[in-house]
Amino acid sequence: MTVTELVPYEEALAAFDPVMGLEVHVELGTKTKMFCGCATTPGAEPNSQTCPTCLGLPGSLPVVNEIGVESAIRIGLALRCEIAEWCRFARKNYFYPDMPKNFQTSQYDEPIAYDGHLDVQLEDGEVFRVGIERAHMEEDTGKSTHIGGAAGRIHGASHSLIDYNRAGIPLIEIVTKPIVGAGARAPEVARAYVAELRELIRSLGVSEARMELGQLRCDVNLSLRPHGRETFGTRSETKNVNSLRSVERAVRFEIQRHAGVLSDGGTVVQETRHFHEENGTTTSGRVKEEAEDYRYFPEPDLVPLAPAREWVEKLRAELPELPLARRNRLREEWGISAHEMQSALNAGAVDLIVATVEAGADAAAARKWWLGELARRANERGVELAGLPIAPAQVARVAALVAEGSLNDKLARQVIDGVLEGEGEPDEVVEKRGLRIVSDEGALGAAVDEAIAANQAVADKVRGGKVAAAGALVGAVMKATRGQADAARARELILERLGVSGG
Amino acid sequence: MPGITREEVAHLARLARLELTDEELDHFAGQLDDIIGAVARVSEVAAEDVPPTSHPLPLTNVMRADEVRPGLTAQQALSGAPAQEQQRFKVPQILGEE
Ligand SMILES: [Zn+2]
Repeated sequence: MTVTELVPYEEALAAFDPVMGLEVHVELGTKTKMFCGCATTPGAEPNSQTCPTCLGLPGSLPVVNEIGVESAIRIGLALRCEIAEWCRFARKNYFYPDMPKNFQTSQYDEPIAYDGHLDVQLEDGEVFRVGIERAHMEEDTGKSTHIGGAAGRIHGASHSLIDYNRAGIPLIEIVTKPIVGAGARAPEVARAYVAELRELIRSLGVSEARMELGQLRCDVNLSLRPHGRETFGTRSETKNVNSLRSVERAVRFEIQRHAGVLSDGGTVVQETRHFHEENGTTTSGRVKEEAEDYRYFPEPDLVPLAPAREWVEKLRAELPELPLARRNRLREEWGISAHEMQSALNAGAVDLIVATVEAGADAAAARKWWLGELARRANERGVELAGLPIAPAQVARVAALVAEGSLNDKLARQVIDGVLEGEGEPDEVVEKRGLRIVSDEGALGAAVDEAIAANQAVADKVRGGKVAAAGALVGAVMKATRGQADAARARELILERLGVSGG
Repeated sequence: MPGITREEVAHLARLARLELTDEELDHFAGQLDDIIGAVARVSEVAAEDVPPTSHPLPLTNVMRADEVRPGLTAQQALSGAPAQEQQRFKVPQILGEE
């Protein structure tokens, strides 16, 4: 195996034009599977949510989940797609142990939704339109655990164990048209597209679309062509890129890798590749060719779908305000820039901020907590913001305690700590940890007097007019009260005691 | 026009994970070719006005409500498994030595 030299990113873009295709799988949040009535409860005991249909036992027959179809249509409509008047399911035949039927029930040349688009907004506010080729219905596979290999990898494993609880859970696969013209911004466009799609899916309420739980998974197809050439180059397909950051990195890496191969006079191999979170690289998986022969044919056990136009129009009329329009409205209401809104979106914070504002916080405070302290905590724990064990109402309560002067920011962070540690509601944490701000004049006055007595040299400077030096005394007060003093009030008292007016 | 070659049968056998001997390939290729030829005669009868169909009944939109139905217990699900471990189906090595 030869190792390809990566070409520096700018150099790659100077010579080549990237073309992307993104395939996103969304796991629907239906109560039951796509073709049987088995429950889809996450975290259930292995193989406790199966039946003859999803185990592929002889004689079983599938029946389509109505909400699965409805969700597919709603996703299609939100992506401005045409909805098929008539379409069928198809069998995609291949052997893999996580698929007990030895075929996946999918859709082939008759997807339920096709020919749409999604507008995505980049960091600087520019809107890029991504064409949607199709959205179709299919089912998930079981979950494999590989035994005997290093770090649970399939390579070197002696055998594997399969849990079929996930087999048959509805998936919607959304495929873009070739994304051309993004140039150097291709990685950013890819990331913004997946982020926007995630918001769209959530706004429809069809899935929580949490990437870290595999509820939204992205495959990145990429090829390069020399500037000015019409025909596309050979593409690579990087599988299961499962965070927004990874989508961006995978595109960037593949651009540099393809450029390396092509500049060297080589040919890009059409293959699937695996993305490695730890270093942002991809490595070769299986070469396509043989695997491509899926021998699709119409599923004989399911009858065609012909969604009534009245139903489709009713679903269209009931669509919620779509995320980009909603964000533009919120941006106005919150008085922030497109860039700031983009940061909130990238952090997965928009809905959390909205819910926090609805719970009584002001928008600036809600944004500050979610994008600052809480974003940092989520990052530390390796979860998305929504995965933190704190609710918007609790954040709103913390903000309210700060606003009324009961907490300063430092204490508020400790309250958040407590909530994240499962110590209860913010007020309980304040109570249990004794975190109220010290602003009663007696206790604070005593701390101020002590600080002045212990720092006479500084006190003299302040008396002499160096008001800025008072900061050191405020610091001493804060230290003595373990951060629980009202800093502004302490400063007032210090200046008052030293006979200077505040400045 | 219809029909199936020996190479196609060999290809399909590989995709279906069937190990066929040369004699079997010869044998099945002939049989399958006969079957496909027989089925193809349907096209001779079906005129332009008969659309291809994938289902014998003229039904559409058969759907069920999204309501949980009792399925199998894990023990029942695993009862037919040749091997199991940790309440999961145990399967042989997926990737061979390469
Ligand atoms: Zn089932």
